[in-house]
Amino acid sequence: MSQDTTVDSPESSDGASLMSFDTELTLGLPGESRSPARAPAFAQGHKKNCTKRGFMETVIDLNLGTSHISMPRGQNSESRVSGTGKYPAAKAQVTGWPPVRSFRKKTLEGSSKLVKVAVDGAPYLRKVDLQIYSSYQDLFRALEEMFTCFTTRDYNMEERKLTGALNGREYVPTYEDKDDDWMLLGDVPWKMFVESCKRIRLMKSSEAVGLAPRTPTNC
Amino acid sequence: MNYFPDEVIEHVFDFVTSQKDRNAVSLVCKSWYKIERLSRQSVFIGNCYAISPERVIGRFPGLKSLTLKGKPHFADFNLLPYDWGGWVYPWVEALAKSRVGLEELRLKRMVVSDDCLELLSRSFVNFKSLVLVSCEGFTTDGLAAIAANCRYLRELDLQEIEVDDNRGQWISCFPDSCTSLVSLNFSCLKGEINLTALERLVARSPNLKSLRLNRAVPLDTLQKLLMRAPQLVDLGIGSFVYDPSSEAYIKLKATLVKCKSIRSLSGFLEVVPCCLSAIHPVCQNLTSLNLSYAPGIHGNELIKLIRFCRKLERLWILDSIGDRGLGVVAFTCKELQELRVFPSGVDNAAVTEEGLVAISAGCPKLHSLLYFCQQMTNAALITVAKNNSNFTRFRLCILDREKPDPVTMQPLDEGFGAIVQSCKRLRRLSLSGLLTDQVFLYIGMYAEQLEMLSIAFAGNSDKGMLYVLNGCKKLRKLEIRDSPFGNTALLTDVGKYETMRSLWMSSCEVTLGGCQTLAKKMPRLNVEIINEDDQMEFSLDDRQKVGKMYLYRTLVGPRKDAPDFVWTL
Repeated sequence: MSQDTTVDSPESSDGASLMSFDTELTLGLPGESRSPARAPAFAQGHKKNCTKRGFMETVIDLNLGTSHISMPRGQNSESRVSGTGKYPAAKAQVTGWPPVRSFRKKTLEGSSKLVKVAVDGAPYLRKVDLQIYSSYQDLFRALEEMFTCFTTRDYNMEERKLTGALNGREYVPTYEDKDDDWMLLGDVPWKMFVESCKRIRLMKSSEAVGLAPRTPTNC
Repeated sequence: MNYFPDEVIEHVFDFVTSQKDRNAVSLVCKSWYKIERLSRQSVFIGNCYAISPERVIGRFPGLKSLTLKGKPHFADFNLLPYDWGGWVYPWVEALAKSRVGLEELRLKRMVVSDDCLELLSRSFVNFKSLVLVSCEGFTTDGLAAIAANCRYLRELDLQEIEVDDNRGQWISCFPDSCTSLVSLNFSCLKGEINLTALERLVARSPNLKSLRLNRAVPLDTLQKLLMRAPQLVDLGIGSFVYDPSSEAYIKLKATLVKCKSIRSLSGFLEVVPCCLSAIHPVCQNLTSLNLSYAPGIHGNELIKLIRFCRKLERLWILDSIGDRGLGVVAFTCKELQELRVFPSGVDNAAVTEEGLVAISAGCPKLHSLLYFCQQMTNAALITVAKNNSNFTRFRLCILDREKPDPVTMQPLDEGFGAIVQSCKRLRRLSLSGLLTDQVFLYIGMYAEQLEMLSIAFAGNSDKGMLYVLNGCKKLRKLEIRDSPFGNTALLTDVGKYETMRSLWMSSCEVTLGGCQTLAKKMPRLNVEIINEDDQMEFSLDDRQKVGKMYLYRTLVGPRKDAPDFVWTL
């Protein structure tokens, strides 16, 4: 029994962009809100991954499951009746699954801030959890250990450059903030930086134009 | 007929402490019922809507300790609307009006307002202990009232609570004359705390045995607190962020070595992972370790820590420990009785069946398990069942819903079947993965002691649910979501529900008509239909499927505080 996957798995929706919620195929009563951000009143703080919304999530979010939408229910029970029937490879998110208390979810959500770190010239990116560091110094120490092109610890806070002795290049530490601007590290208090930083790029000095380069060269 | 005077019988009853046993005792004869009820001090109410506070007070005028549970378990997972119920105010109000000398109040999944806490703090002179688990509805103002007014307070324990409007001044409200604290747990509070007041409080609490801090307490304060309270048995560290070369850290290391009584450690909400060596001396004596809120501790640092914990009996951990880490636990923690592995949310960190098999082989005393994992196989579960027949609690959550055995692509019926067959003392079971009616057949056949069963996305037909209802004689709580059980299953044995505390069914196949039939037949059940969608009218269409149904036995009829979206049939 093949399951109609166009309804359940978001990937196979009609080629419309997954990010564009308006054009994503969903079933619902006419006039029903398609707002992805709408959470039922009781689901306070229950954050969902809104970029990939499957049908079941829409059904549950808009409480359509309580009324007569026989098609999805029928589909689900069909797949269960077969027992060993195919189940969708990518599951839509569903309220209350996995069954973890919202207190725990919220506490752990806020507890790690992993951002990508790119260094010009390095073959691959790394990720660091900003929350485990307590200062810019801490962070730079960790970054140095990560990127072996730096062989000396020579961080000059005033000039905000990292010096790598190996090839004599200088790097300017920059980061992309919430407004998508590329900023120089160190201007704002550490905690504020952690809050607003989306990714870090250690830019070659030669490329750095002015103090706060606006060109977000994607790394 | 009594051959002994009442006082002698009462004295004998003093040794009967479990509520279950006291309930049994009270059924023997009228005289024993009377003696028992007048002497009972500790009352447990598993469902606050099953009985009224007035009747409880009427029956047990001598009560000193009250435990109340409100919302059903699935409320923890956002399946219940916010205002469903579970307000504790009426209880406190009734107790205050009576002459009950309340000393202890323990609440789980209830709504507690600041007014309620204020009333509580003013109404009972000997009030000693407040324990709130997974509750909501109050702010630190309420805590301030408790601190200020409960002169003999021994215990203030807040677990997994989201408290609003945090201002750290509540801790300053403990009067200087309050020196009776034994247990203080405010680890879940998010806001700042008055550190000086905290230090002074700990300094004047010589009986303090349990202290769990929130993340606003920095390392140097922790060190000072430990200096004042080297007798601590249970410590919850909030923030463990430091510079390893700093004096504060060196001092802390030295202080921790002196705290020889610590048996239970938790917290590490903020942690610098590079050197946990300060903790290692404490690990050797630990019987309980909770790192489930410490994603910062992982990898080799975590494993190093575990290797010191030879006496561990209880371990709560995140799945970032991995199968390899669980192997280390299995090798090291031979006294382990309870293991909980929570999902950290990091994709490639999850554990699999390998970790569980290792634990079951290495830890012969394990009897309580909560295990969130990436996948599970029948073979693994069968092995676990062979290794270990002691389980009393077995909760398995495969993160990917309805996932079959990845090796055989079969449902996990056989695996769970082996567990229930082998573990004759199993009282609590949670299922996950791909499951057919077969697993319920096994459960009905073998799980004779089962009291609580949680089902999600499982089964094929009404038969599944019927196997359970028919077979599990001791079943008290059944909670089911997204499973194809309908009216036939619901209505075949309606009398069963009076032997149980409650039944929850959401996104199943039961219809309004079915629920109405049930409600009509069983007047001593409250059958609640919960509809959060405001637009939806309670139409009279019997064939309409019910989104959420919660039914429970009760002696006091439909509750009067039900909100609009709850319809008691």
